[in-house]
Amino acid sequence: MAGVTYKTRQLRRRNIERVLATLAIAGASFWLLGNFIKSPTQFTEVTFTGLSNGILYALIALGYTLVYGIIELINFAHGDLFMLGGLFSAHFITLWFNQHHESGAGWGVLLLALISVMIFCAVINIAIERFAYRRLRRAPKLAPLITAVGMSFILQFVGLRWNGSGQKTWPSLLPSGNLVIFTVKLPYTTLISFAVTIPVLLALSYIVTKTKQGKAMRATAQDQDASRLMGINVNRTISFTFGLGGALAGAAGLLFEQTRGLTSYNLGFQLGLIAFTAAVMGGIGNLQGAVLGAVIIGLIQGWNDGLPIGLGQQWSNTVVFSILILLMVFKPTGLLGKPTTEKV
Amino acid sequence: MSIITRKRSGKKQRAPLSQRTWSIGFLTLAVVIYIFYTYIVPHTPDGFQSQIQIWFPPSALNEALVWVIAALGLNIVVGYAGLLDLGFVAFWAIGGYTAGWFMSGFFNQWNIHFGSESAKVIPGIHLSFWLVLLIGALICAFFGILIGAPTLRLKSDYLAIVTLGFGEIIPQIFVNGENIHGFNLSNGTKGISPVDSIGLLGKRLGPFDLNYKYMIFVFMAALMVFISLRLRSGRLGRAWLAIREDELAASMMGVPLMKTKLAAYAVGAISGGLAGVAYATHVNGIFAERFQFSISIILLAMVVLGGMGNVWGVMVGALLIAWVNSTGLPALGDEINSTFNTNINFPSYTFLIFGALLILMMLFRREGILPESRLKLMLHESDADEGNETPHDQISEEGAM
Repeated sequence: MAGVTYKTRQLRRRNIERVLATLAIAGASFWLLGNFIKSPTQFTEVTFTGLSNGILYALIALGYTLVYGIIELINFAHGDLFMLGGLFSAHFITLWFNQHHESGAGWGVLLLALISVMIFCAVINIAIERFAYRRLRRAPKLAPLITAVGMSFILQFVGLRWNGSGQKTWPSLLPSGNLVIFTVKLPYTTLISFAVTIPVLLALSYIVTKTKQGKAMRATAQDQDASRLMGINVNRTISFTFGLGGALAGAAGLLFEQTRGLTSYNLGFQLGLIAFTAAVMGGIGNLQGAVLGAVIIGLIQGWNDGLPIGLGQQWSNTVVFSILILLMVFKPTGLLGKPTTEKV
Repeated sequence: MSIITRKRSGKKQRAPLSQRTWSIGFLTLAVVIYIFYTYIVPHTPDGFQSQIQIWFPPSALNEALVWVIAALGLNIVVGYAGLLDLGFVAFWAIGGYTAGWFMSGFFNQWNIHFGSESAKVIPGIHLSFWLVLLIGALICAFFGILIGAPTLRLKSDYLAIVTLGFGEIIPQIFVNGENIHGFNLSNGTKGISPVDSIGLLGKRLGPFDLNYKYMIFVFMAALMVFISLRLRSGRLGRAWLAIREDELAASMMGVPLMKTKLAAYAVGAISGGLAGVAYATHVNGIFAERFQFSISIILLAMVVLGGMGNVWGVMVGALLIAWVNSTGLPALGDEINSTFNTNINFPSYTFLIFGALLILMMLFRREGILPESRLKLMLHESDADEGNETPHDQISEEGAM
């Protein structure tokens, strides 16, 4: 008897959720269609900007999701790592190598900067794991989470010292100007960020799915004890994962710094939060999910900020977080996440 | 399991300090501070008075008490029920705006006076401070339940993120609230100022009546302590602790998870609201841009530093951090700069100090300055198990989590 009522309740709930989701999607498509009819050019441009922001978020979101997948920790310091990556690349390119304009040497420096910033952020992330999180791996969940918040504050302090309390602008080495297709203007910087991000994402996918180290990562994420028994060095695998996440954050930092031309010590918190939202949206722990979530968030944000019929930029965070909360209420596992049962 | 191993290993458990002793100590200290500031300081030599003004100004004391009130609320959510809340600033903001709406000339299209000592001719809604406290508490309790409700299906980390999201949304609504379909909700970044001063026994407190404000804030803090202690030893409090220690086991034992968690959110939110109202009267205004994520983190640091779950520990933590933040660090910085002829901007180190504090506390003293005995055992369960294993055996036990 009780089982039946439970089942019907579940069924009713699922139906309600389905109806609500359909309504939400229908409303959103209606809104987008209205915008598209009103101004097709602007719509395409905004969509493209949103997409390029989305893949930038994807780089950061992957770091969250990798770390969460392996040790179930929300690494609050990850966004600030991205901020430090941006600062490092700004100093590397503009101050240390003294490059201010687009040039042949500039491309070389850019490549060098990309490699160095990835190593830089990877090393920081590995160090953070080694000195703070590793000791708390068996502590109740609250402890590493609070530690991560503390770490985020320390990284912000480093950023504050390095960058100063205000926003700083930097020259970009990327070509300015637009690629014009019909009447749609697509900035070269956006295209270049695609050109950098997509190979990086492919490389990540290769590492995780095809290499031995990637196999070790997936095994560790599934069951640490069993993988240890199978001869996997769990500590090293976790370090490697942190390094990988850090490298992605570094790449994102460089891209952001070069495409937007600015750095600020509190940037990491904002973008990190959005990226984390993306990771949760896609189903945390799921790599494809993180990319999908990030692209969706980037698009939503782009549309909301740039479309003629929209709430505008000042409501950007409210929109993103409202979506996150709604998603958490109706589908806590995220778009691509698998439902988990609690282990006893 | 760990409790047994603990006893076997011969470690003594510290007997919990009597709550009554603590309460008497708190009251005595409050009265002594009051007498000190009201009757003794005005009669001391000028040099001493200026030192007091630099190191322990009465306004900083009042502000610290506001922090205490809010931290006690967060303690109920985090310390008692074990629900990590990273958006507590939302309640502070809502409480503050309640004071802004009902205790100022902001809504000057209406002219409502009730129990307030302000002149009847001034437009706006002017209600009595005590009534506004009640309204603020109710509104915040409502929002607490509203925020709590969607999080019920979530586990710890997701919960933290959703509360964080609310903590970002609500201040943004106030920042952008200047023109919501033509309605001015919050006056945007300009904020609402001035807020009516507190009316007490037919008298209006001026901005320099810090001693009266001190009394009122101490009373509010004492009320929160009373509520926390009574709730903790009651049925609801025990249910919270059960959820904190093992949610699944608690629900198997018949603890209604939904009701209990919502109650924790509501009670925590109430004290956040009280703190918000108190803060609005303390700074005589309400400004949207003050409500940043760092407030939530500072409150969390207070709870963690003082000792999650222990009311007195949280109070000590809150007073300490609030003092360091508002006066201790700048005053110390000035002292060091003038002594050594340096020019270091000490307040800019707050990020480092709070970050390092949180990390070091988590690494070396998870239970805080004045730990709660039950939580201490729980937090060190993994260490206790470690002791039973061979030193180099690093196999983690899922069961130890």
